[in-house]
Amino acid sequence: MSQLPQSKSEIFWVFTWLALQGFGGVLPVAERELVDKKRWYTREEFLEEWAVAQVLPGPNVVNLAIIFGSRHFGLLGALAAIAGMLVFPMLALIVIAITYLHWGANPAVAGAIKGMGAVAAGLIAGTSLKLASALKKHPLGYLPAIGIALLCFILVALIRIPLVHVLLSLGILSIYLTYRRVKP
Amino acid sequence: MIPFSFANWLDVFLHFTAVSLMAVGGAVTVIPEMHRHLVYQNAWMSEDQFAASIAIAQSAPGPNILVIAMMGWHIGINSVTTIHAQYLWGTFGMLLAMIGVMLPSSILTYSTAKWVQANKDSNFILAFKQGLAPLVIGAILATSWLISAANTSLENDWPLWLCTIVTVFLIWKTKIHILLLLLIGAVLGGVGLI
Repeated sequence: MSQLPQSKSEIFWVFTWLALQGFGGVLPVAERELVDKKRWYTREEFLEEWAVAQVLPGPNVVNLAIIFGSRHFGLLGALAAIAGMLVFPMLALIVIAITYLHWGANPAVAGAIKGMGAVAAGLIAGTSLKLASALKKHPLGYLPAIGIALLCFILVALIRIPLVHVLLSLGILSIYLTYRRVKP
Repeated sequence: MIPFSFANWLDVFLHFTAVSLMAVGGAVTVIPEMHRHLVYQNAWMSEDQFAASIAIAQSAPGPNILVIAMMGWHIGINSVTTIHAQYLWGTFGMLLAMIGVMLPSSILTYSTAKWVQANKDSNFILAFKQGLAPLVIGAILATSWLISAANTSLENDWPLWLCTIVTVFLIWKTKIHILLLLLIGAVLGGVGLI
């Protein structure tokens, strides 16, 4: 059973803290903080909410924040969550951008940025594998669901089909098959 | 320096509002389109500045959408010459780009969220969320792949790929702290080992 956030300011600070830890993407930290630590979501709920956040245009993790904030505290909750996601990270970014303007040509700085980028890519991939465990309870069954996930990866990453097209074809097919299983 | 009028800034703002609604799956998916518009078509920033925008946003804390903030920053610093004016207009460009890219998608998400919440027990919404769940996992994995493939080639940068693969297993199977992993990556890269 998942827990509930107590106030708008708790939402603001929790999202601020997880955004500030999110180097190279907030998803891995969001999954850890919201599922493992705060228990505001179960892994299954997180995956389902992320699905809505991902199919809508705009940054996925900010969309997730908007959906989460608005569910608990309406418009002000959504604004608190967006502000948490963006205010402090943007202040940090201004400092980093100014630093880069002066020292960006230094090879140690460029190397460190490359190294962090490689780790960040690994964090995102590792989180998707962690979330895949939530597919064990999928209405279509574990293996068919994994098959759809792999097919989506191949289409988007290897064949380079825009995600929108994949969602409109494979996505609709998957929703239809799932609907046939869940309808009473 | 690229002199900017009010109309130019309005153009920049409108470009990012359009990008907002194209960005299904996040900022990564619109990078090719922004490259075409910002570098090729309007020459608002150089090739190097465009690549630096991605690298800096990747290494900075916060959502990946901050890559848009860095694009705005670069447009801003290119519009003036003195260093203090660059700080000021860089920040202005950053805010303008972020407001442009956040506004349309946030309003859409907020209205959709209310509707989804009101119908959360309908079989259709249930099937919609659960039916998309496997694709979401595939898409997240693809994002990671595209970020790696955009910056590196397997032959020359295999140490970076190895570092990525080790990270995948550590985050998947252990509770090791995320910041510690990033710090190790920064040190390995900083001293030139990867």
